[in-house]
Amino acid sequence: MAATQSDNTQSTEPTAQEYTLRIRRYNPETGDAPFWDEHTIELEPHRSVLEGILQAKDLFDGSIGIRCSCRAAICGSCGVRINGQPGLACQTHLDTALARGDGSGVIEVEPMGNMPVIKDLIVDMDAVHWKKVQRVTPWLINKEPIPEREYIVPRESMIDITQSMACIQCGACVSDCLSMEADPLFVGPAALAKAYRFVGDPRDDQQYERLKDLAEDAHGIYDCTHCFKCIEACPKGVAPMNQIMRLRRRAGGDHHINDRNNGDRHERTITSLIRDYGLLHEGEMLPRSYGGDSWFGKFHPAAAQELLGSLPVITKALMRRKVTPMKALLGHKIPKDDLADVKKIYKRVEGRDERIEFNLYISGVDEDDEQIRNEPVAEVAPGKEGSSR
Amino acid sequence: MKVAYWPGCVSRGFTPELHGAMDKVAPLLDIELVELDRACCSGAGVIAEHSQELADTLNARTFALAQQVDDAALMMNICSTCQGAQGECQERLDASADYREIVNTTLREENGLQYEAGIVNKNFLWVLVEEIGLENLKSLVTRPLTDLRVGPFYGCYIVRPTDRLGIDDENPRDKYLGWVIEALGGTVVDYAGSHKCCGFPIITMNKEVSLKQAGRHVSDAQNADADCIVTPCPLCHLNLDLQQPLAARAVGQDLDLPILHLPQLVGLAMGLSPKELGMGRHVVKPTSVIDWTQSVVGAVPA
Repeated sequence: MAATQSDNTQSTEPTAQEYTLRIRRYNPETGDAPFWDEHTIELEPHRSVLEGILQAKDLFDGSIGIRCSCRAAICGSCGVRINGQPGLACQTHLDTALARGDGSGVIEVEPMGNMPVIKDLIVDMDAVHWKKVQRVTPWLINKEPIPEREYIVPRESMIDITQSMACIQCGACVSDCLSMEADPLFVGPAALAKAYRFVGDPRDDQQYERLKDLAEDAHGIYDCTHCFKCIEACPKGVAPMNQIMRLRRRAGGDHHINDRNNGDRHERTITSLIRDYGLLHEGEMLPRSYGGDSWFGKFHPAAAQELLGSLPVITKALMRRKVTPMKALLGHKIPKDDLADVKKIYKRVEGRDERIEFNLYISGVDEDDEQIRNEPVAEVAPGKEGSSR
Repeated sequence: MKVAYWPGCVSRGFTPELHGAMDKVAPLLDIELVELDRACCSGAGVIAEHSQELADTLNARTFALAQQVDDAALMMNICSTCQGAQGECQERLDASADYREIVNTTLREENGLQYEAGIVNKNFLWVLVEEIGLENLKSLVTRPLTDLRVGPFYGCYIVRPTDRLGIDDENPRDKYLGWVIEALGGTVVDYAGSHKCCGFPIITMNKEVSLKQAGRHVSDAQNADADCIVTPCPLCHLNLDLQQPLAARAVGQDLDLPILHLPQLVGLAMGLSPKELGMGRHVVKPTSVIDWTQSVVGAVPA
């Protein structure tokens, strides 16, 4: 169906081609079910899907609903799903969009997910995205006293938050978040990336309070499943999931927030089990995550209750000889000398005063053999910046 | 082909049938496994969440051990999560000589080891398609999985982020499971959850949501008339199989769908018996996959 190349092969200018857009239409006010609408537009391959939609709107059907403004991938208005992937319609070229398809030669455009549709490709950002952003107090709470002139902050600490500052609030990450799909109350990737923008800012006075709030919330930082969908979706390289992991690192590692969702205990449990066994000891993971990171964790009431709830599963696993009682209790270890080596690594790295964090977004990749701009960025521990606690 | 083989923790812990099945299948595919039994857990992304440098150093140690295996073509693992977690560390290690030197200094001084940038680390799924080859795999099938309807379940860590995992037009690794199922003679079942998250990472933090995720995917595949699901990730297996009775409760549906490890599916098609592949150890018995009376693979009529 698509792409009938013009004969003019001599010209260096790209020539217009036909593309079929299949647009998902829906108007809740009519009471009719959503339906697909196809239009054939004609544009050069490097032109955007947004231009294609606007051409269809101009030439064939003025009622197509699409929100857009800058057309330069900066205002974040035209977030849609193109052939199943979220992104900005103005930033996605027609040829790229077509290549992403299933080979049927059609570019499928749908509204973003996880948000109610207002009309056609327009979703209700207020109902979901903005409400969640408001949830994280998205402004700087100044440290007192406010200096007469400017704040002086360490360069590294501001570089550290540039990635989260690159967000244009388009909602692409929210659209694809798999945690939010199962738990609509999840604060979500965009809002949590915004939270890190302030938690990582040395001028903010309430970093501890922000982290405590988001760690204790059952739908906060520990509700993210690590699925990488938001990293894949973001048109600006914000990598919201990485910002969520930074929030966790600061909450547990720097502020020692022992949250009620087992988040910090779970992280500590896995980290120390691997130090002590070299391998994951699954039998200890669950009780310690609930009851506390020690061998005695399993005797904590919270752990006992959880173990009781999991009894049908445990019994079945034992019956099927999936695990032997011995293995469930004792776990498995790597050889003694190797375990000693692993412990030495732990001791050295955990013993550093400063956390070394290498962020590719900031440092980039070495260009072949030339080593340029490859200094690892040391994340300055909050204690050194003057903690807000 | 000789490979430095990283089995991961869970395949030797709560899903021992996976490691066992890989051991049985490897010689049939002419893969010599040199097990990295001195290496430690990849951290499954959780150690990186605690300390990036710690995760990078521990995995650099694994890579260094793999590089010591003489004549190994590559490093191979059988866990999507290990693939992703190790890939993330490798990306940082390979990106900067200065950062790599920080990690290597620790390795050298504490363990006498050294990681050279650029290790090739592939999941068994990638090895099947890119090293063994689908045509070759087809020729090794002695018991085609005719009439078996299989739903692929990849696990997040092996499909995202696409650039880090080397997924592109040339190597569409996010389509490989379907290709392998077809090469083994089975039918691929298309359902909503194939590339989604099983929910396992939050099982201790938000159990209800975690089980709901697992339950939905199993239910979607079951409603699409799948006889089973196949996954290259033992952590996904824990949530989809071990927790399936609880996941069924979470979504309020009757679920009874066997979840196979990738080497088990390959082994079945290559003539191994379900028992050899440890299939009796699953929580959801693979009765809809195997006629136990004859050990014949194929969907049992309803």
